[in-house]
Amino acid sequence: MLYAILCYHDEDTVGSWTREQDAAVMKKLAVVQEKLTKQGRLGPVARLLPTTSATTLRKDDPPVVIDGPYAETKEQLLGFYVIDCKNLDEALDVARDLGAANPGGAYEIRPVGVLNPGSIPA
Amino acid sequence: MTDTAWIDAALTSARPQAVGALLRYFRNLDTAEEAFQNACLRALKSWPQNGPPRDPAAWLIMVGRNVAIDDIRRSRKQQPLPEDEAISDLDDAEEALAERLDGSHYRDDILRLLFICCHPDLPATQQIALALRIVSGLTVKQIARAFLVGEAAMEQRITRAKARVADADVPFETPGAVERTERLSAVAAMVYLIFNEGYSSGGDTAAIRAPLCEEAIRLARLLLRLFQSEPEIMGLTALLLLQHARAAARFDAAGALVLLDDQDRALWNQKMIAEGLALIDKAMRHRRSGPYQIQAAIAALHARAATPEDTDWTQIDLLYGALEVMQPSPVVTLNRAVAVSKVRGPEAALKMIEPLGERLSNYFHFFGVRGAFLMQLGRNDEARVAFDRAIALANTSAEAAHIRMHLDRLMRDSRPCGAKAGT
Repeated sequence: MLYAILCYHDEDTVGSWTREQDAAVMKKLAVVQEKLTKQGRLGPVARLLPTTSATTLRKDDPPVVIDGPYAETKEQLLGFYVIDCKNLDEALDVARDLGAANPGGAYEIRPVGVLNPGSIPA
Repeated sequence: MTDTAWIDAALTSARPQAVGALLRYFRNLDTAEEAFQNACLRALKSWPQNGPPRDPAAWLIMVGRNVAIDDIRRSRKQQPLPEDEAISDLDDAEEALAERLDGSHYRDDILRLLFICCHPDLPATQQIALALRIVSGLTVKQIARAFLVGEAAMEQRITRAKARVADADVPFETPGAVERTERLSAVAAMVYLIFNEGYSSGGDTAAIRAPLCEEAIRLARLLLRLFQSEPEIMGLTALLLLQHARAAARFDAAGALVLLDDQDRALWNQKMIAEGLALIDKAMRHRRSGPYQIQAAIAALHARAATPEDTDWTQIDLLYGALEVMQPSPVVTLNRAVAVSKVRGPEAALKMIEPLGERLSNYFHFFGVRGAFLMQLGRNDEARVAFDRAIALANTSAEAAHIRMHLDRLMRDSRPCGAKAGT
């Protein structure tokens, strides 16, 4: 069974770490990731940029683009994509295509700061 | 984190909202600040035992308000009560208060709190000091250190600024759309001032003053969270991030200024750059350009260049051209001339800045840039005159040292071949 682990934290706190503090945490996490990688059990790992960089596409008819993260609580996180795009406009185009295939709900589009593609065979 | 560090972090992050709401409530800055302080003291006693409240800001507002009202009741003989209306709901439960905080109220509270610090009668340095004290909650000691002045002098400066603000007529009604936009732009300008106060320091003091840059970024992010669809606030935040990303590369070990072209780009903070670029991307979608967005876009072109040679100077020239139209200023033209010198050569650039001489006759950078253009054209005697003037006008020792480096090079170059370099 594959599991997704979703990371929650106070971004003000994490954002105020110094470069050294940040690096220290990343180093400790890397040890855990390394172990999983060797066992062939680590899938993609992403560190997202802060929520201020997020844009949300509400999959209404027609879809509406809203600045900022997805703020509603009545829907639940059901999945995610990682896509490679030149810019936000391209990412929104992909989200619109996906939305047309599956209307309702919303997509939050957030730039990925760091990506480790992982090693689990497809 | 230590046991109580989370409390400090929670108090700091709740501060603008809590003080802003208490100010709306009591309509007096001192009362609001004192109420917040008292609430913090109670939080330090209660939170370690009971854990953090669901909504720390709401908790602090309620407790702060109740303590202040008790104090006012106790001293009511000496002091007239605030308007009945303002304290008519003494028995409010946390929920009712949270409800009043809900919606757009807190947004205007924080904006108002920042806005009163931007009072036009206050000189820029006082505006900044006041904002750092009231909104950010830095101690007078911390602020004095960042401003490189004594604690007593800073205390006096803040007290004076506060007195002036207290006399000012601050409207407490919910602002209309136009007013909100005006406030936001005044506040954005002040946040940029805070940043520049930290950014414009010399290498010897850069580390001491860096907290000013970090605080400005924190405030910009706060504004962006409150006004998520304002492209200029995205631009401002991006600009600060992209500039601050270069902090580690801006000074050498001796504290001398390192120009952009000579900086070790491996020292640039890629995390900040990525965030800055993402924010510009977001802002562009709105097709409502503005000075912060343009300056951020210029900073982004530098950030995107892996080496100085990769810099897209043509685009930078165009962006400065757009900025000149939006915000005509000799300093903008001077900056544009640097781009022009890279695209069309020093002759064209020199011609461009010639008309600025009168207006920038006391501006360090004008003579530094002019000297550099003249030097590139081989007009060494004129270059030396310009550099001498620049040194006389330098604001920091790092600036002067940087120009002296140019002068030394001129001296070497103008010696006859075979002569030993200066001793």
